[in-house]
Amino acid sequence: MTQTIVIAEMSNNAVHSSTAELVAAAKTFGGEPTVVVPCVDANQAAGAANMGAGSIIAAKSGAFTHYDAKGWASALDAVVPQGTLITGASPQSKDLAARLAARRGLSVVQDAVAIDGNNITSPVYSGKAMQTVSITGPAVISVRSNVFAPASGGAGEPTIVDTTGDVATSVQEFMARASERLDVAEANIVISGGRGMGSPENFVHLEAIADTIGAAVGASRAAVDTWEAIPHAMQVGQTGKTVNPNLYIAVGISGAIQHLAGMRSSKYIVAINKDADAPIFQHADYGIVATWEEALPVLHDSLKSMMG
Amino acid sequence: MPNIIVLVKQVPDTNAKIVVSGDRVDLSSVKMVMSPYDEFAVETAMKHKEAAGGEVTALTVGGAGADKILKDAKAIGVDHIVRVEASQEMDSNALQTVLAQAVTELGGEVVYCGKSAADTGAGSTGPGLAERLGWTSVSNVIGATFDGGFSVVTPSGGDHAKMSLSLPAVISCDKGDFKVRKPNVKGIMQAKRAAVDVRSIEVPASSITVVNQSLPPAKPAGKTYEGGAAAAEVANLLRDEANVL
Ligand SMILES: Cc1cc2nc3c(=O)[nH]c(=O)nc-3n(C[C@H](O)[C@H](O)[C@H](O)COP(=O)(O)OP(=O)(O)OC[C@H]3O[C@@H](n4cnc5c(N)ncnc54)[C@H](O)[C@@H]3O)c2cc1C
Ligand SMILES: Nc1ncnc2c1ncn2[C@@H]1O[C@H](COP(=O)(O)O)[C@@H](O)[C@H]1O
Repeated sequence: MTQTIVIAEMSNNAVHSSTAELVAAAKTFGGEPTVVVPCVDANQAAGAANMGAGSIIAAKSGAFTHYDAKGWASALDAVVPQGTLITGASPQSKDLAARLAARRGLSVVQDAVAIDGNNITSPVYSGKAMQTVSITGPAVISVRSNVFAPASGGAGEPTIVDTTGDVATSVQEFMARASERLDVAEANIVISGGRGMGSPENFVHLEAIADTIGAAVGASRAAVDTWEAIPHAMQVGQTGKTVNPNLYIAVGISGAIQHLAGMRSSKYIVAINKDADAPIFQHADYGIVATWEEALPVLHDSLKSMMG
Repeated sequence: MPNIIVLVKQVPDTNAKIVVSGDRVDLSSVKMVMSPYDEFAVETAMKHKEAAGGEVTALTVGGAGADKILKDAKAIGVDHIVRVEASQEMDSNALQTVLAQAVTELGGEVVYCGKSAADTGAGSTGPGLAERLGWTSVSNVIGATFDGGFSVVTPSGGDHAKMSLSLPAVISCDKGDFKVRKPNVKGIMQAKRAAVDVRSIEVPASSITVVNQSLPPAKPAGKTYEGGAAAAEVANLLRDEANVL
């Protein structure tokens, strides 16, 4: 049996609910995982109660005010027991996982989507293949969310341990995210509008969603040809750009073969169209038969609450 | 004047179809290129040199085939190209140990790399290397400024944070909102003649071994919903089932 330690996933200075999934992942190695909560104020560790932990350590330090890789790794290393460490797979947690692993001379496996004994599976080649590796001895594993059913019960009261970290960066300023539009050919997510958007002004609804999820805005040829305000650079399709994003959202686009030519290899396709017989639905993983006026506000609200 | 190192890795072209034969991905007929985020690392390293002087060395760990991407970096304008000879599979621990030694040998003071390699998707190398060297690191950097101290921009919550730091440091680069320079004719000619400085460094044993590689499970047939309210359900599925958000 391997001793396992979960580094709690934090969001806005609180323990994020996905931490209970990390505990479940840790439990696959047997034993009772220890959850370590990086916090500025020990009260912040209260959220780790009832997440299935054998014990909870509130690692308290001013170093945890802002994320600093070196500061967090050194402050955590001082209090985290030896063993296999489990973290979340957000960009920050993966960064921390890599630093902690290096600090202890361990190897790291990122983005685990399955754990079977000492065999860990994660996506490689941008999700075009899956790879299973076998670990010997302790390792650091970052685990994707929504893979393990959350654990519950277990420890409630944290043990508070003060620690210090070697913080190496300082935040000069926070800036609102630049709203510069991404290029459709380079984005991981593309949301495109077609003639069904009715007018070029209505593309602001697509732009708002794009800003929320970090997407690029594209268009069908009919939209580009009909409206001067929609530039050809946005066109997806046979005579426009070919895109291969993880997610393509087609809004008010019929799904003509020339449009499909430019986007059908997208990993996931969502279609919003008021016509249930629109050909785009045959290629969609998720189809919504509705007007965009009806569907986009709901979609935007849901995405906003997810992105926090 | 900083001694600047940029890490570059050879990976399959991201447009290539990935095929599996037996229990391994078969890359024999796939075009290999510089990992996309490494292009932003090279660009940022070149900007650093322009602002502060010094020299840029592109460094890779790999087989002779990886010389091509070193030459690509040379054509863009790096001063030196170095390859640490390695043909075996390495886990993060082994790779970072080799890189740390190479960076030390080369006397690097700042290292740029990609936020994640297109094959592993891991994002472990930058922070792991920094920890081994005892250096500062910042990941997912989308811009850097060199006037009046060194600062970088990185996402933080929904916003961006501008962080100041001092060298030595490892900076992992994401796509920034700047263009990466393309090689010119002179650069391409120089790259042709340039010799790769090939070094050998002992590779430690890996504690992680690849068991198998396979294609992802086939995509389930599409689901269709009636009415705009279903968009909430679809948003959840995008996160929980498709894992694309
Ligand atoms: C040689 C050639 C090259 C071409 N290259 C390209 C190309 O590169 N890219 C490209 O896109 N096309 C290309 N086309 C054009 C292509 O054939 C189609 O004409 C075009 O894709 C149609 O665009 P659309 O789906 O936006 O418009 P339409 O076909 O007019 O479809 C509009 C859709 O919006 C829906 N809709 C209407 N109102 C709403 C609402 N309120 N809410 C939700 N849905 C609504 C409708 O049901 C309809 O399905 C090319 C054609 C040719 C001949
Ligand atoms: N074998 C290698 N040689 C040189 N640089 C590498 C190598 N592997 C990874 N890197 C660098 O580290 C980055 C992140 O890789 P990874 O940690 O695998 O996601 C890459 O974008 C490269 O800049």
